[in-house]
Amino acid sequence: MSMAADKRVGADAVAAKGWLRANRWLLARRATQLAILGLFLLGPLAGLWIVKGNLAYSYTLGILPLTDPYVVLQSAMTGHLPEVLGAVGVVIVLAFYWLVGGRVYCSWVCPVNIVTDSAGWLRRRLGIKGSVHLARETRYWMLAMTLLGSALTGVVLWELINPVSMLHRGLIFGMGFAWTIVLAVFLFDLFVMSRGWCGRLCPVGAFYGLIGRFSPVRVSAPARAACNDCMDCFEVCPEPQVIRPALKGAASGTGPVILASACTNCGRCIDVCSKDVFRFGTRFNNALPVSEASGDPAAAPGKF
Amino acid sequence: MASTDETAPAVARKSVARRQFLFDTARMACGVGMLGLGLGLYAKQSKALPALALRPPGALPEADFLGACIRCGLCVRDCPYDTLSLARPETPVATGTPFFTARQIPCEMCEDIPCVKACPTGALDHGLTDINKARMGLAALIDHETCLNFLGLRCDVCYRVCPVIDKAITLEVLPNTRTGRHSMFLPTVHSEHCTGCGKCEQACVLEEAAIKVYPVALAKGALGRHYRLGWEEQKKAGGSLIDEKSMLDLPDRLPEGTRLPGHYDPGGGTTAAPGSVPAPVPSAPPGMVGPGGAVVPPAPPGMPGSVAGPVPSHPPGLGGGQ
Repeated sequence: MSMAADKRVGADAVAAKGWLRANRWLLARRATQLAILGLFLLGPLAGLWIVKGNLAYSYTLGILPLTDPYVVLQSAMTGHLPEVLGAVGVVIVLAFYWLVGGRVYCSWVCPVNIVTDSAGWLRRRLGIKGSVHLARETRYWMLAMTLLGSALTGVVLWELINPVSMLHRGLIFGMGFAWTIVLAVFLFDLFVMSRGWCGRLCPVGAFYGLIGRFSPVRVSAPARAACNDCMDCFEVCPEPQVIRPALKGAASGTGPVILASACTNCGRCIDVCSKDVFRFGTRFNNALPVSEASGDPAAAPGKF
Repeated sequence: MASTDETAPAVARKSVARRQFLFDTARMACGVGMLGLGLGLYAKQSKALPALALRPPGALPEADFLGACIRCGLCVRDCPYDTLSLARPETPVATGTPFFTARQIPCEMCEDIPCVKACPTGALDHGLTDINKARMGLAALIDHETCLNFLGLRCDVCYRVCPVIDKAITLEVLPNTRTGRHSMFLPTVHSEHCTGCGKCEQACVLEEAAIKVYPVALAKGALGRHYRLGWEEQKKAGGSLIDEKSMLDLPDRLPEGTRLPGHYDPGGGTTAAPGSVPAPVPSAPPGMVGPGGAVVPPAPPGMPGSVAGPVPSHPPGLGGGQ
């Protein structure tokens, strides 16, 4: 670990690569999140209707339908199927996230990401240590509960309280008291559980993680030999358990590609590494044959 | 012996691991299950749509709607009149679903129904292509005490603004018994034609509308399924369905000497002549005597029994096919 006086995460990277390069994926991500939100807001705020709707379903320029497959799946559980445009939107979104990584939705699109990232950042700055323990698989139980619950109640169940759609819809169609739910998520992540919402509870993230189970685009640690064990990547990573097999798997013949579907492809590990260990790549660049890698415990579901 | 020494701890370890797994699973199932139970009860509550919140045209019945609508707001966006809005968490309508309040902004009944076309899920039924067939609710003149037309005035605003004027709302003329010399034009809603657009409710000039649009289930009564309307059945059958000769006739219990013009007396098999002057009876029962003390005048032409005949097919009270 660096002996620098500044122990802040990423300080080494800033010193080694400069502030811009040590934050470029974070900046790209924030720019993307805000640009997407901006496109949605351009209509209601400026009367420029490029995109109509919200993250559940949107219609761009009268040609491109995009539908949230998770909401449609809940609706399907109640016995209702989408119309043609809605169905086309599902196919497009599924194909896109399968390609770039399912949880790219979480780190590059979802508006709650900014909220929970802020909570995580503040938690580090304030040095809040204690955290309630909750297994990371909880989100898959949540996912199952929302789907089963939709079938039993006949209501698109998670949308009654989903903070993701509430925040996004609130920003575009009028916030009302939706901010209370968003604040609750922020405070939960800050005081109750580190990375609690996105990392353990949110069924939307769980669903998108499953979509990206076999995504070709992955973060890899090709220069893992250069790792100086500063632990900065583990500190900033919202799903730190995904890093270990890729970064430290040389001895056991694992990696260097991060294959775990919980990885959000946020690229923050690339930013904060002063040794440039990580980079974006594909899952096929793995040192091992793909068949062997997928049989690896690191890639097995339930292990993240 | 050596082998058992080695396997026993392994078995014990395995058993502990299995117990731990079962406990973890049970804990997870119980925790998430409780959350699901709460959410399910909340979902049940969310099905209680407030009476004055109306769904867009073509909306499925509420129970289906909450399963089909994905809360995208495209119908809201494509409504040219800003009628629709998405429910916020504090609104007593399922969060994120579209609704409108007729008193604020009613539905303008666009002929091309853009809200339905925009819906990506069929929560708004794409089979609805004629806006006149929409049934967003049903208007009901709910307050007969404050409606100006019931007070004898000619407000008529709800009738005038109705997009389906003279079908969905008609003015029914009745004598104004308060003044004794005027008519009342009572706005009357016909469920067969009312789309529930809410223009009448919005336009009602009162501080609180006397005519309101409610969900059809709230606004509409229903006859018993076994009920038959005698006059409809007669029309279908082309004549009386019973043997009128064998009909049991109870005494009319009129004051002695009273004769009701046009009254059919099955017992005697005769009808009092319509033009005949009734015998003046000092103590005629109320309702039989007009305001000026004159005994009820002969029934106007067209009323049951007005056409004198030996045996009219419809005794009064059983309907006259009018």
